[in-house]
Amino acid sequence: MSQKKAMLIDLTLCVGCNACQGACKEENRLPPGEEKYLSLTAYTALDKYNDLYVRRMCQHCDVPTCVSVCPVGALSKTEAGPVAYDAEKCIGCRYCLQACPFHVPKYEWSSTKPRIQKCKFCASRLARGLQPACAEACPTGATQFGDREELLVEAARRINAEPAKFVHRIYGKDDVGGTSMFYLSPVPFEQLGFDSRMGKTPMPMLTMSALSKVPNVLSVGGVLLGGVWWITNRRAKVQAFEASQKKDPTRPPEDKP
Amino acid sequence: MKIPGLPRITGWHPIATTLILAGAMAAFARFNYGLGATTNLSDEFPWGLWIGFDFLGIGLAASGFTIVAAVNLFHAKEYEPIVRPAILTAFIGYLLVVLVLIIDLGRPDHFWHPLVMWNPHSVMCEISWCLMLYTTVLSLEFAPIVLEKLNIVSPIKWIHAISLPLMIFGVLLSTLHQSSFGSLYLIVPNRLHALWYTPLLPVLFFISCIASGISMVILESLIFARGGRDLLPTPLRANLAKIIAVALAVYVVVRVQDLLTRGALRELTALTYYSLAFYAELLIGFVIPFAMLLMERVRTSRRGLYAATLLVVVGFAFNRMNTAITGLEHYPAQTYFPSLIEVFITLGITAIGFSAFSFIVKHLPIFEPMVAGPRPRKEVVTGRPEPIFISREGGDLESR
Repeated sequence: MSQKKAMLIDLTLCVGCNACQGACKEENRLPPGEEKYLSLTAYTALDKYNDLYVRRMCQHCDVPTCVSVCPVGALSKTEAGPVAYDAEKCIGCRYCLQACPFHVPKYEWSSTKPRIQKCKFCASRLARGLQPACAEACPTGATQFGDREELLVEAARRINAEPAKFVHRIYGKDDVGGTSMFYLSPVPFEQLGFDSRMGKTPMPMLTMSALSKVPNVLSVGGVLLGGVWWITNRRAKVQAFEASQKKDPTRPPEDKP
Repeated sequence: MKIPGLPRITGWHPIATTLILAGAMAAFARFNYGLGATTNLSDEFPWGLWIGFDFLGIGLAASGFTIVAAVNLFHAKEYEPIVRPAILTAFIGYLLVVLVLIIDLGRPDHFWHPLVMWNPHSVMCEISWCLMLYTTVLSLEFAPIVLEKLNIVSPIKWIHAISLPLMIFGVLLSTLHQSSFGSLYLIVPNRLHALWYTPLLPVLFFISCIASGISMVILESLIFARGGRDLLPTPLRANLAKIIAVALAVYVVVRVQDLLTRGALRELTALTYYSLAFYAELLIGFVIPFAMLLMERVRTSRRGLYAATLLVVVGFAFNRMNTAITGLEHYPAQTYFPSLIEVFITLGITAIGFSAFSFIVKHLPIFEPMVAGPRPRKEVVTGRPEPIFISREGGDLESR
């Protein structure tokens, strides 16, 4: 279990049967019925682009944005790969909804004790040595579960074997710092609703550039303000002393600041 | 005790009472039926009016740390008379923001979690801590005012002993979270419109809060002056106005320079939903008041200053609301407008703030210290009579 797990989603193999969503709903005890978009009752959904189906779900990023923004650590990246959520810690600030680059977390708005809902990467199944329900249900092998490094090798092998069939890019290999969901596609990813502006730097780095300056602001600022106070305070004392000297030059010098 | 320094606003009491009652009912609905039924927030728009209110409240409450720093660290003692009103403004502002935050949280019962569950990578965590610590600092800075009234002197000495590190800590905390409100949005480069998203967000938030905080101080002193209690003579107000002008100028230069280097200026060539919002914000809140404050005539006239600082505050509100709402909308497909309940809660809490302010000003020594407490005053050049200090030994407060 020490190896990081991942899934390889080969869009050329997907026939849009929606078995993944069905299995997911069964595993998570969600109300059955086909859903087109991610929701509180659909942790995975199929987007259709002409004759291509694109699976959406939590990407279980290597450096997850949601984990970095959560003020109380209700979201965490587990060693095996899944990004886990602890509703007992969650305060409901909804920063994860705001920040997730894939718009994944959904919120129980109608509840008075709301939680977020999203794909769990079947963490409990993984712990038992099983593969995620969706990968097990996929009849064509379009969703394949395995060790992260092995799947990357496999993805590269497929592209090299049939270079004309795929765009030469494994989406998720290093996008936003790498994810656990790799996509292979016959057409450029930008045409399939993937955000191409995100780059390869993990999003949390954007915040860290500001947050990392906090200790500096505290230490340098503290010394600086203390210094300013000392100077202005002394200047005032000197002025007061000089004024008193003018008035009364016979005043004994031990008052000198 | 009758204080003549209060503005008389006819019909204020019934209006405030109505707003507070309506807000209380709206809050009751929010807690009983949840966020979904009572707000227009959604998965696409998880933050709305309330976050905008928080930005606004904190930004305007910047009066607290700017004036405390100016008077007690930079030794601009002539501004001493406005220290207490500024601290009071900040204290009320922060308490209201904390209240709104708790209402905004999905799990208000978990609001204390950031105290014990840390995530140092989260801006939100840093902000929670800064808010809690700075509200504590403000309450310690405010405590002597209450203690004076109650004639309990020994804790005042105690607070006085730690006042310097306390003030420095307060200024640092303010610097941090004023800018961190901007940092909140550093993580959404793909969502926030290019006219507002920039790595410089924290810097811009900080510069603008100085302008808005000092504007609030001037506005307050002008309102007190209208009620016959002029805390600041005209030249001192004019000097504060100069600082605002400098902050506004720096802001505009940094903002435009940043748009230029990021190539976002082209967003402004066409009149769109976004560019109009941007123009409104920059012209109303920054360019026009800057031009006004350049004129000696405006800086020394009450009416001129009133107009200019009001523009700064309104433009500041525009800026924060644009960052929190407009810039995240996908016009016209995906927009957000607050629900009535969101608006009522916000108005109710604002009314609580104003009522608390006028109540406290009536009953606590905000305008003049009653005993020689933490900040013994000297060389006050306000042109009004020196307040009578009552020593600890002879401190019969009721006889005043």
